[in-house]
Order: sequence, then structure tokens, then C-alpha cells
Amino acid sequence: MDAALIPDGLKRTSPGKFFLWTLPWLGLLAWGGISAVLCLLLGLNQTNMSNIFAFALWIVFDLVVIALGAGAFFTGFLTYIIGKKELKDIINATVVIGFICYSGAVAMLGIDIGQPVRGWFIFWHANVHSMLTEVSFCITAYLAVLGIEYLPILLENRKLREVREFRIFGHNLHHIMAVFAATGVFLSFFHQGSLGGMFGVMYARPFAARWDFYIWPTTFFLFVFSAIAAGPCFTILCTKLTEAISRKKLVPDGTIQLLAKISGWLLAGYLVLKIIDTLGWVHGVVPGAGLTFMDFFREGPYGAWLLGLEIIICGIIPVIILITPQARQNHGLLILACLLNCTGIVLNRFNFIVVNLAIPVMPFARFWSYLPTWQEWGIALAVVGYGMLLFSASHRYLPLFPREKELNAAVSR
Amino acid sequence: MKQEEGKHKYGMVIDLDKCIGCGTCMVACASENNVSVRTDESDKERSIAWMQLFKITNGKPFPQTEVSYFPRPCMHCHNNTPCVSVCPASATHMDYHTGIVSQIYTRCIGCRYCQAACPYHARYFNWYDGYAFIQPFPKGLERQLSPEISVRMRGVVEKCSFCHHRLMRARTRAYAEGRRELEEHEYITACAEACPTQAITFGDLNNPKHKVARLSKSVYAFRLLEKLGTEPKVYYLSTRNWVRRMADNYRPDQLEPVGAVKT
Repeated sequence: MDAALIPDGLKRTSPGKFFLWTLPWLGLLAWGGISAVLCLLLGLNQTNMSNIFAFALWIVFDLVVIALGAGAFFTGFLTYIIGKKELKDIINATVVIGFICYSGAVAMLGIDIGQPVRGWFIFWHANVHSMLTEVSFCITAYLAVLGIEYLPILLENRKLREVREFRIFGHNLHHIMAVFAATGVFLSFFHQGSLGGMFGVMYARPFAARWDFYIWPTTFFLFVFSAIAAGPCFTILCTKLTEAISRKKLVPDGTIQLLAKISGWLLAGYLVLKIIDTLGWVHGVVPGAGLTFMDFFREGPYGAWLLGLEIIICGIIPVIILITPQARQNHGLLILACLLNCTGIVLNRFNFIVVNLAIPVMPFARFWSYLPTWQEWGIALAVVGYGMLLFSASHRYLPLFPREKELNAAVSR
Repeated sequence: MKQEEGKHKYGMVIDLDKCIGCGTCMVACASENNVSVRTDESDKERSIAWMQLFKITNGKPFPQTEVSYFPRPCMHCHNNTPCVSVCPASATHMDYHTGIVSQIYTRCIGCRYCQAACPYHARYFNWYDGYAFIQPFPKGLERQLSPEISVRMRGVVEKCSFCHHRLMRARTRAYAEGRRELEEHEYITACAEACPTQAITFGDLNNPKHKVARLSKSVYAFRLLEKLGTEPKVYYLSTRNWVRRMADNYRPDQLEPVGAVKT
């Protein structure tokens, strides 16, 4: 039925099977759609957010998908600026993942703000001192860059390529992609940092507050570092998942190994800084506020174990696997390391958002708990559904993995 | 023209030894400022109280049990005001002429970053439609609402404004009478006016003739979470050591709060 759209020489599943595959993701989108309508019509009382938990599941999801989407800009940086040519085999996939993550995050933010129609006030009445202003500017600009980067991939579609103008346009876009990759690196560096800065500048919240380095709190650098350490691992996971589902080899092992190695060393560097920062915070910011580290965990389910889980289990273990060639060549261990790395970044963002807000600062303020409503889950999971759909459709109709034909030649014959 | 920056610094002193925890300040504040009230206010995480009363105890068993209250308006932090610097849309602002931290409801986009940054929980989000869009509009409600205060719409943050409209009103009257300066009694907040034990004193912290300026320099005066360096313009008074200790966090190795204390 859609055979004319499928890239030349590539095998894809039947339209019926593909339709069945999309059903769960369409279901998630429908769930998210209902939740979004309820939130927009009736207000944010549809969530379990409160005056205590001003930021909650959605902001955690936002920060996580943006961090995981960092694979796009960082792989672009490695491919076009550093010149790691072997990463060209995976760059298209990273661009699509990045586009999904950023567009999903922006859509979620549109529902998360209490007055969505006033969203443009951030640009019109911009407060240049706010980290969130910088985040908004850079995310919007970078989403546009990702759109431009996605365009030539879209124009690679067999039917679209038949139009001469599209072909020439796409070809020319390919030639200047390094410029956009560089712009993307610049924008991403700043908003990944500012997302961290958002929490580091909360100097009246000792759990998140950090020292300033020049004008940026240390979390600025830590968030950039952790995002570029986890982003490539997320790209590996997405690729491996696509390979498992489509039962094809899509990317040469060398490319995956290179990404895993880079990710491992970046994570190692990040962990060194994170540990130094944490120790400095425990012995500087925390006592400065009249607290001890354990004072943060007097009430509620959160504890120091969260930090241990983040740094040791989801940090040091994946580093060991990813920087050891023998270990990362083991398929199972590689997947485990990538999963742990990505879980680590989820935990890190969760700690800075939910745990931070759950900890009362005034000695007489009480601890409140928070559990998301189905509407909150609906909107968050809709991003997953949207991502699955867009990535599946991109894989089906676009030559997302340039070496696919060559790697599966034996099978095709 | 020479800037008059920092000439006035309005602030408050609350004597906790006089506070009986009656909650009149909360009611007076809500009524004065058109703070919307829902039929069911049992969800305390979402109810709006510009002036919030916190009950504290010394944690000792009977008969040594002692109880006190912390009435908590917005602290109108004077230094690096945590909420002002974070707002992406410049919807909150500190006026250096008065020291009052204001909120521009029609500019607020409802991102709630200010709420996350405020350690005093002094900022409230409108989770529901307030008086502005209440349907059907209750008969006679318009007679209860103050025409000097705009009602807030759903999805924006609001907070104590030190009854800023009262400052405007006092200024207008003074200007009409050809005066540029206000008398001490001309501008006080609704909570200070309503407090039956006169525990709340309001005035200009920069004016040595004002009672509030003298009280804020008392050896019994302290502020909430002073270690964070936010420099609140709301001071508390208490001669009770355990009450003073409740205002901030102290490490086990830290000494008792400084100042003359009566145990």
C-alpha cells in the first residue's frame, strides 16, 4: 500500500503490521490528548501539583527528555566539528531523536504553564537575569535548528526526492549542515547549562543551591556534562531497540562502540566533577545554611540512598563498563550500561526537582507528599507515544540509517 | 532628577509573644485583598493564604509544653530577592523606593519558578478559577470584593503585597493635601490593623521615628531563615529561646541564637 514511499532496496514490515505497532502509541497520544484538553479547559487543578510541588512530573520529564536528546547536538558536534566521520552512520537517527525530545518538551511546557496563551511574554517581557528566560530562548531557537536539520532527512524520502527542487534543496542543506550543527552546539550548550543553573541559583533552597563560577552556578556545567554523557547512550538504546524490533542490523558495531566509549569517558569526567561538587556542597553550602546533609532527609521516603544510587550504581558502574573495551563489546553489558547511565540522569533531575521541593526549608514547615494524577502521566507518556510514532515513521519511510542496505545485504539477497 | 532610591523600606515586626494565634490577620488579609475562597478549602496544599499562620511547639511533654505561632506574610526579601531574579517574564518586581515586592498578575505566565525558589512558601498559585470567573457568580459577592484590588485569574501566582493599594491610597490623599511624605499611621497593612493584640507593627524601617524601625533593632528581634541572606523585611520578636531557634536551621555544633535571651 505504501510501498512507493519506502526507501529503495530496504525491506519494511507490511502496512497492516505497522498499523498494529502504532496502536499502543496512538493510545498513549489519545490519553495525552484527553489530559491536555482537561488541563487546558479546567486548569492545572487536574494535576496533583501544589503550592509545595510547583514543579513536578512534567518538569522532571522535560528535563530528562531534553538531557537525553542531547545526543543530537553532541553527535553533530563530534561528526561535523571534530570530524568523527564514522558517526555519520547514526547522525540522522540522533537528529530525529533530538527533534522528538525537544518538540515533546516544548509541547509539555505549553500545558505546564498556568497561562499558556501568555507563553510569548517570556520573549516580550524577558527578564535577562532569569535562567528560565535563557532556557526558553535557546530551546525555541534550537528546536528551529533541529527542524532545519530534520528537513534534509525528510527530503530524502523516495517520493519527495522525485521533485527536482526538493532534491536540490535537500542536497544544498546537507552541504551547510555543519553551520547548523555548530549553531545547535552553541544553543544546546547554553540551555542544557541554564536548565542546571535554574536549580543552582535557588540560593534560598539549600538542597539545590550551589556556588557561582563567574556568573554560573556549578550545576550549569554539571548539567551540560551529564547531558552529553547520557545523550549518546540514549541514542545507542534507541538504535538497539530499533534493531531488535526490526530484526536488522542498522549501525556498524564500530560506530556504536565509538559512541559508547565517548559516553563512558564523558560520564567518568562528569562523575569526578559531580563528586567534587557534592562534597563541596555538603561541606560548604549545607552547613552555611545551618544544616547537615542528613537534615534534608528527616521526613519522607527520600534519603541519601538516592544520591548513592545516582552516583555509584547509575554512575560508576556504567563508567566501568563503557570505558572497558571487553565489557562494552558484550551486548548485554553495553545495554545495561546505557540503561544505568540514562537512569542516572533521570535520578539526577528528579533529585533537583521533586526531592528539592519536597524538603521544607523552614524548620516548622511540614513535609508534603506528591503522586502524579492520570492526567499528568497522560501528558508525560504522550511524549513517549509521539516519539515512538515519529521515530517509527521516520525509520519506515526515510533512510535514517545510511548503512542499513549494506549491513543487511546478505539477508536481502 | 535625583533618584530617591531606597528612601523608604517598608517592613513589619511581629511580636510572637503577643500573638495568640487567633487568625484574624489571615482573615483580614484575605478579605482586604480579594483572596478567593473555595467552597471546600480542605486541600491545604492549594489554598491561598497571603498571611499564613504556622503553629509551633517546644516539643516537650505536658506540663512543659509551650505553643507559639508564626504569622508568615511575604518576607519582601531585600537582598537578591529569590523570586524576582528567577521570573522569566519580569512579572514580579522589587520597588527600591518602597522595598515592596509586587506581583503583576496580568503578566504572570504561571510557570511557578518563583514558588519553587521561595523558601518561605509565601507564593500561591491559582489552581482554580478565582472570583474573576466563578460561575454562577454568587449573589452579593460583588459587595464583598474590594474595588481597589484586581481579582486574580486562574493560572497565575499571587502573594502578599504589603497592602500596596493602601500605600497608593495614602499617597493620593497626602498629595491632595500638598504633602510628599506620609505620616506613620497613614499606611499600615490590613493584618497590622486587625490584630487584636497589636502584635503586628508596620512602618518604614528606614525612618528612625517609626516604631517598626526601633523594634527591628531590639535584641529580641530576628528574621526567618536569616542564614540564607535574603534579608527579609519582616522581623519577629520573642524573648523565648526555643521560639527564636525555630526561625532558622542550626547545626548541632552551632551556638544558641545570639542576643539577650530569657529562658
